[in-house]
Amino acid sequence: MDLNILWFILVSVLFVGYFFLEGFDYGAGALLPIVGKTDNERRLIINSLGPIWDGNEVWLLTAGGAIFAAFPHWYATLFSGFYLALFLMLLFLILRIAAIEFRSKHESTVWRQRWDIGLTLGSALPAFLWGVAVTNLVTGVPIGPDKQYAGTFWNLLGPWDILGGLCFLALFCYHGCLFIDLKTDNKAIKVRVKKYAPRFFFAMLIMLVIWLVCMFLLSDMFKSMIALVLTLLAAVALLFSIFSFMKGSSGKAFIGTGAGIALFTFAVFAGMFPNVMISTLDPAWSLTIYTASSSAYTLKLMSIVAGCLVPVVLAYQIWTYWVFRKRLTESDLGGLEY
Amino acid sequence: MDVLMLARLQFATTTVFHYFFVPLSIGLSLFLAVLQTRYLSTGDEGLKKLVKFLGKLFLINFAMGVATGIVQEFQFGMNWSEYSRYVGDIFGAPLAIEALLAFFIESTFLGLWVFGWEKLSKKLHLACMWLVAIATTISAFWILTANSFMQNPVGYHLNEATGRAELTSFGELLTNSHTAYQYAHVFSGALATVGFFVLGVSAYQILKGREKQLFNIAFKQAAIFAFIGTVAVAGIGHFQGMYLVQEQPMKMAVADAHWNTSDNPDWAIIAFPDKANGENSFALKVPGMLSFLSYSEFGRQVDGINDIQKEMVAEYGVDDYVPNVWVTFYAFRVMLAGGALMLLMSILALLWQRPERLETKHGYLKLLIPSMLLPYLANTGGWLVAEVGRQPWIVYGLQTVSEGVSRVVPAPAVLLSLLGFIVIYSALLVVAVRLIQKTCREGLADGTIEQGPAMATAG
Repeated sequence: MDLNILWFILVSVLFVGYFFLEGFDYGAGALLPIVGKTDNERRLIINSLGPIWDGNEVWLLTAGGAIFAAFPHWYATLFSGFYLALFLMLLFLILRIAAIEFRSKHESTVWRQRWDIGLTLGSALPAFLWGVAVTNLVTGVPIGPDKQYAGTFWNLLGPWDILGGLCFLALFCYHGCLFIDLKTDNKAIKVRVKKYAPRFFFAMLIMLVIWLVCMFLLSDMFKSMIALVLTLLAAVALLFSIFSFMKGSSGKAFIGTGAGIALFTFAVFAGMFPNVMISTLDPAWSLTIYTASSSAYTLKLMSIVAGCLVPVVLAYQIWTYWVFRKRLTESDLGGLEY
Repeated sequence: MDVLMLARLQFATTTVFHYFFVPLSIGLSLFLAVLQTRYLSTGDEGLKKLVKFLGKLFLINFAMGVATGIVQEFQFGMNWSEYSRYVGDIFGAPLAIEALLAFFIESTFLGLWVFGWEKLSKKLHLACMWLVAIATTISAFWILTANSFMQNPVGYHLNEATGRAELTSFGELLTNSHTAYQYAHVFSGALATVGFFVLGVSAYQILKGREKQLFNIAFKQAAIFAFIGTVAVAGIGHFQGMYLVQEQPMKMAVADAHWNTSDNPDWAIIAFPDKANGENSFALKVPGMLSFLSYSEFGRQVDGINDIQKEMVAEYGVDDYVPNVWVTFYAFRVMLAGGALMLLMSILALLWQRPERLETKHGYLKLLIPSMLLPYLANTGGWLVAEVGRQPWIVYGLQTVSEGVSRVVPAPAVLLSLLGFIVIYSALLVVAVRLIQKTCREGLADGTIEQGPAMATAG
């Protein structure tokens, strides 16, 4: 296996980490006004994310840095081409960070309600936009012979792109429901999670099936056997998740969605391989892991760095989850940050 | 305005904004780690209250750093895609390593510190803040390594086949002489920033007559940070200036509006640069001082803008290699004036730090509150000199800014994002400053959010 393939896998691993971890972060944030009605309930939800949301977000920054270092043309074409979409996402991510940090620092109902809107939008919109971005990566976008994006903002918003976005949003909301259920101990929240989780799941399932049919017709994703197998496994994991949830085990259900998200993300990458940006104008103009990559020297250097550091990062992040494994109850709120 | 100008404005705005929060995060994490170490070694519960109070301010500032930092990771691809293609092989590596090595530690261990007061042993909890402090300095190293490549490219070769710069020596990239000066300068600037921040906060509390004894402890530690930071930043700055006279002579000539090569040149305190005629239409000068600043001795020859421009045309082809003289010249003076005032104020802080003495210096304490702004002015001025003075290059001698800008992003899109970032950043800045003021007004009274116990808990 050459280093270009290794880095393609590594970038996909970073996105798996990002979608898995920020998936429930975004989901929980988007659900805040539905699942939490009183201020205390909302604070329980936000504080359950408290020690970890920032660490989770670093997976996105690392994925961005890794693409820059390993595939500069991918970084350049993607972010200049998807300019307005990325701008919107950054704007809402900024809003989200501020909402988490600032909402509970002032005891005013109006103040907190406004930040709650910020947190909801700041969580829901990035989730939606990632679905849009992934769909565009799978179906391809207009890319010219000069490696430059040749479309407009509206090219990115076809009907199936929007479907992909809504599908991501529903999936993350379901994932977030499970996380809230696992991390909080509160009757009212539990009742609402029980009510909403299946709705998000089935909405997601219907959209996912339609989306997969669209991708089958519109893209080359399922010409890859690996992508097909991974997608089927992802479907099995997601079904396992909802069955476990119905049986009352949110823990197993959460493992199910986690596995589903991971397998599905790998499936998308496998479906693109060896392309990183597919051109709809001419297949020869697609950016591949070879035409978009850094030099062999840089790839080797970064392989050593990532090989040494990623396991350490995983170790201390897992340890953090262990330290904060206890469910939060209203009696904890007095001493909590958010 | 064209795309290039808008993209430059956007980079300048977002980066200056981001740097409002960076030095305080670096400095205050170290300050807190030291203070908390003192708490553990003395067992003085008052110090714990102080750590918790300053910790709140740290969190507000850190959140702003994170919120504005996320744009930094992506805007090279958004607005500077041709630059990203050209040097991504080299420039991407330190950015990715910064995220892997520093951002993960910062975010994870800060989460542990904030939520772990009751869950971790005291020593482990303290170790978390030390890790945050160390990670912020590691982060600074990698981002300055990246920036130093733009200022003084090393460890690369130009690949004719791919038409881009490629990394040949990671070792050379890490040991770039430019990084050493810049890192020392930035780090000592961060120490001065936190020094003046805590001096100001403590002065406010002492003036209000609250917890005078505790805030005197904070004041003393801050006085040391402020003094060491200011002396170091000025001393290193002098040698950095000498270094830049050799490596980027145009930047220093412009920073001092020195037009014509001459022996033992004067140094202009104030000048009205006139680029069209290649001279200053007015200047207030100190005789021979520019020679001393450039070489640490009088009587040396210093190259001027007009002559360096001719040399650069001979070397790189016909173009205008003179950065904006007005901006660079006055940004430099803002930094120098800020530094001079900081030096004065920090010496007074050391002289008057004893509680009985300090309390009588009402005027000085009042002056310390607006003095919190001085490091921010100096930091911003310094970065403007570094980055505006690098123009027209995006990578010195290799690629110009106009070659590095994205080709497919239309001007209205850049204008929209520029306005969007300005609006949200300004709004958040107002919120953050108000929250910091509110936290200071509440003081040490343990203002736990919600209906926490009304009495201040002593831990």
